[in-house]
Amino acid sequence: MHPAFSVIFLTTLIGAGQGLFLALYGVETGAHFDLIAPAPPVFFGGGCVLSAVLLVAGLAASFFHLGHPERAWRSAAMWRTSWLSREVIVLPAFIAAVFVYGTAHYLGSGASGWIGAFATVLCVALFVCTGMIYACLEFLQEWHTPLTLINFFLLGTASGSMLAAAFAAFTATQLLEPLGVAAVTVTALALVMRVAALARNARIRPKSSLQTAIGVKHPRIAQKSQGLMGGSFNTREFFHGKGMRLVRAVKWIFLLLAFPVPALLAIVGLRQGMAALLVLAFTVQFLGLVAERWFFFAQARHPQNLYYEVIS
Amino acid sequence: MTQLALVIDLNVCVGCHACVTSCKEWNTSGLAGFMSDDNPYAKDPTGTFFNRVQTFEVGEYPNTETVHFPKSCLHCEDPPCVPVCPTGASYKRAEDGIVLVDYDKCIGCKYCAWACPYGVRELDEHQKVMKKCTLCVDRIYDDKLPAAERKPACVMACPTSARLFGDIHDPASEVSQAIRESGGYALMPEWGTHPANHYLPRRKTQIKIHKDELERVDNPLKIDGQLPKPRTSDPALDDVTSW
Repeated sequence: MHPAFSVIFLTTLIGAGQGLFLALYGVETGAHFDLIAPAPPVFFGGGCVLSAVLLVAGLAASFFHLGHPERAWRSAAMWRTSWLSREVIVLPAFIAAVFVYGTAHYLGSGASGWIGAFATVLCVALFVCTGMIYACLEFLQEWHTPLTLINFFLLGTASGSMLAAAFAAFTATQLLEPLGVAAVTVTALALVMRVAALARNARIRPKSSLQTAIGVKHPRIAQKSQGLMGGSFNTREFFHGKGMRLVRAVKWIFLLLAFPVPALLAIVGLRQGMAALLVLAFTVQFLGLVAERWFFFAQARHPQNLYYEVIS
Repeated sequence: MTQLALVIDLNVCVGCHACVTSCKEWNTSGLAGFMSDDNPYAKDPTGTFFNRVQTFEVGEYPNTETVHFPKSCLHCEDPPCVPVCPTGASYKRAEDGIVLVDYDKCIGCKYCAWACPYGVRELDEHQKVMKKCTLCVDRIYDDKLPAAERKPACVMACPTSARLFGDIHDPASEVSQAIRESGGYALMPEWGTHPANHYLPRRKTQIKIHKDELERVDNPLKIDGQLPKPRTSDPALDDVTSW
């Protein structure tokens, strides 16, 4: 598939925003049960603002994907059948919930725990919607796996909790330790599951072939013409258009930048108490996740490409 | 229930692209607006088409066969592109099974094209909406046209009659008979989309001749084995009596 930066930024930004919210609510819940130190209101208020900014930025990025952004409101219509439509509904609802959650903390309302629980449900629902947009397309075999959902959840949570740790370094240093440990743990878990997805996808046997595509039973079929002399939508939208060396390079770049490098930076930052290192860890990881999402799209082989292999 | 569809006979298609040009001509002049072309006479031409004729070579030289393969929306009976559409712009008509896009509702998110394994949906780069074959829905019900012309433009144009049009749910229709009797098949059956359009395979007419049909085994002139038996390549008086 052609990796569109609008969708790459949509999924990475909202993933970080969702992860940050989960970290905030985790802190509140942990403090409620006296597992960790309570956080000052500025941590929740500022954190919710950060989370909302990321979510709104992701939503804004998604508009660049549309041919007719002015009709975007129509996309809430088919929630009964379309995961994309469901995402369109759940994302603004979640942004509103984060806003209410932050406001409740700002006002010192005792209802914040319940609001947070409700927002958490929306947050998980949003992860499911986003992941299912890709996982539900059964003939994109690289995506049609529960690992897609798991990885959207883990990668978003890793990036969000890394941001929460960096934010705590400025606003709530007593939380630096638990949040940093959480961020590194989720990052490690995300690495395991992402590598599992890579291993699975390396072993995929495509169900479709030129034989089933044109219905001719012969081991040797070669395309001579795709019925056009230049490119078409079909040659642009479903192929990344880059060499395999670049794709492989991006894989190693994201395997490094999204997992071990930020984890090491975070560990050193925690040991030394250097907030800048935690900010750097989040930034590096976010860039790594952008590369990860690019690779996620580039790796998916659409069966329609069988019809568009040769231009002549 | 009706399911309109095309049946394309690969045995007859000569790859002339008449269906492509007539499709473009009819549909670019239609109510839905033009089908854009960029650089049509320059480097890297590109444009929106509902129908393409592709060419495949089957086999290895010298035993090769060229297959011309027209491809347009297959109007699947279980279309994967329809449920994923977030706006309902992509829909399948209950009355005749045609899969259509409402260009006024389409937001151009391309998700339906991702959900189509056949690559028959094309985003119009200028109108920014998804376009696809309509089975000439603006022709086939037009009372002002003579009844014989109420067919898709591609079917009208095909010089070899490789394209048949009709209701595949009516067992007596021309298309149903063709599918049933000439081995009609669907593309990529592995995805369970049940395409309505079918293809008829390439067929070869072969006759099998046994040795005893060339040389009479019960030839009375040879029964005693006394007559000379020249080789079959030698000239004969009448093909029978010599051997």
